[in-house]
Amino acid sequence: MKATKKNLEKYWKQNLKYLVILLTIWFIVSFGFGILFADQLNQIRVGGFKLGFWFAQQGSIYSFVILIFAYVWMMNRLDKKFDVDEK
Amino acid sequence: MDVQTWTYIIVIATFIIYIGIAIWSRAHSTGDFYIAGGGVPPLANGMATAADWMSAASFISMAGLISFMGYSGSVYLMGWTGGYVLLALLLAPYLRKFGKFTVPDFVGERYYSNVARTVAVLCALFVSFTYVAGQMRGVGVVFSRFLEVPVNYGVVIGMFIVFFYAVLGGMKGITYTQVAQYCILIFAFMVPAIYISIMMTNNPIPQLGFGGTLSDGTFLLDKLDGLHEELGFAPYTEGRKSTIDMLFITMALMVGTAGLPHVIVRFFTVPKVKHARLSAGYALIFIAILYTTAPTIAAFARTNLINTVNNASYDQLPGWFNKWEMTGLIEFDDKNQDGKVQYVADAEKNELTIDQDIMVLANPEIAKLPNWVTALVAAGGLAAALSTAAGLLLVISASISHDLIKKQLKPDISEKGELIVARVSAGLAVVLAGHFGVNPPDYVAATVAFAFGLAASSFFPIIVLGIFSKRMNKEGAIAGMITGLLFTSGYIIFFKFVDPEANIPDNWLFGISPEGIGSVGMILNFLVAWVVMSFTPKPPKEIRKMVEHIRYPRGAQEAHEIEM
Repeated sequence: MKATKKNLEKYWKQNLKYLVILLTIWFIVSFGFGILFADQLNQIRVGGFKLGFWFAQQGSIYSFVILIFAYVWMMNRLDKKFDVDEK
Repeated sequence: MDVQTWTYIIVIATFIIYIGIAIWSRAHSTGDFYIAGGGVPPLANGMATAADWMSAASFISMAGLISFMGYSGSVYLMGWTGGYVLLALLLAPYLRKFGKFTVPDFVGERYYSNVARTVAVLCALFVSFTYVAGQMRGVGVVFSRFLEVPVNYGVVIGMFIVFFYAVLGGMKGITYTQVAQYCILIFAFMVPAIYISIMMTNNPIPQLGFGGTLSDGTFLLDKLDGLHEELGFAPYTEGRKSTIDMLFITMALMVGTAGLPHVIVRFFTVPKVKHARLSAGYALIFIAILYTTAPTIAAFARTNLINTVNNASYDQLPGWFNKWEMTGLIEFDDKNQDGKVQYVADAEKNELTIDQDIMVLANPEIAKLPNWVTALVAAGGLAAALSTAAGLLLVISASISHDLIKKQLKPDISEKGELIVARVSAGLAVVLAGHFGVNPPDYVAATVAFAFGLAASSFFPIIVLGIFSKRMNKEGAIAGMITGLLFTSGYIIFFKFVDPEANIPDNWLFGISPEGIGSVGMILNFLVAWVVMSFTPKPPKEIRKMVEHIRYPRGAQEAHEIEM
């Protein structure tokens, strides 16, 4: 796609959409699972872990790593699609 | 060989590596000095960012802190890693596209105002000095504990090393020493962790051993909860802080992390926008290795400690107990004169006080590891402290030479002149940091909340607004930044310095502690900026064009080339 003004607006809107999705997950795995719903999740056990505790001290961090790499992958694809990537 | 000989050998060897790298990567231009010429590969930048970020506190104190706080300690784990998601998604790629040298540079240009730039410089200086004093002290402490050198000599040796590679190499020297420092610190952190995990749960991966079973067949965490209950402590895996305070502290630490100038500036050093995104991902992987291991050490060490010392006869305790007793990190007071150690929650009956740092420092001895592992921990602690100190010193020097002198006081200064000023201010900053290391102000611990609170309530909102709103103008930004700053510092100063006795949950605003108040300051900053913006004129056309320009990646490389 050519980098016209209209396309650049579309590119930006799509980028914002990605951000909303990824940041919602970011919020849920840390503030949600790790804090707000930790007590309820602690009723569930996985091996030696209570699930809420596991999210607070392990799971949220793994999720953060995955979120950034998902973002990198999505944006690289989007940059190419709208022809705004760096040569 | 004994521990001390090993420590000398390993510490001196690492120092030679750092100095060698500094000579090899001298800075020749201001571009080299401020942003390593913009040519750092993303993987190297990821490692350097990780070393930059993980300080003496992350390396030495965090595991111990969590081990005493249990579940509540999760605020640090989530707070100090979750900020990288914000950094990668909301800041790093756009700031890289903008392609200048410092954070105040972005604030000054985007808000077409030297007032905004100066407020940003003051915040950057304050945050960085607060932080760097602790690092220099950390260097001194490691020296004194492992090499029996007086703390002050340790600080001076640390100053000399940092001075050498920060002043000579600037960002370029710092970047490649940080890569080496990351390797040393992560190795030093992981080796004892793996040993202790095998020892206790028979699993070589600490993150799995954490959820594994002990030799008696019970799960480690259940055992720990049980021990806590027996001794009258709250269960290890459950909360003690209020939910609202947990939420606000975690948010303040995340947003503060994303707003720290020495972290942000690392993303100016990569060649392309996509490298900025990628290196944030690499950085978080490298950080996550330590941050997912720290809580495992916390749980292993705490279980081990309680099992070893509680109700044990004082004269039959292992050798490390007496050794660390001499340093004052463990104190035993036999209140009921029975010759045994009682470690319980009840302060009247408790006979043992333990410093949090012991969990990492004494770990190799508690787990009966070879002497070279203990020496490695010393070198790792030094690497963590020196790498963070160097990153901070660079922010201080760039704020002065670039944002105050070049951009405001003496715009006609030649590049050579600016480079000299940058080196001189880095040198002065080292001396000042060393001074704070030798004479630590007694409020160092309290000011950590300050550094994060200020970064969260001042920088983060206006940088995000500067990228995501074309309409945001200088009036809004300045008003927002000043509101966030005054509110947050006022709240912290009141509870930490003016009336520390009032620092209890009943007196806190909505039950939010000073550690978490930066989140409220951040929200106020956003609100005030938005309201003031609505009543004041739009930013000039070229600014709106600039915002448009930083939103898509193409052309980032050119931006650097023009600048240099």
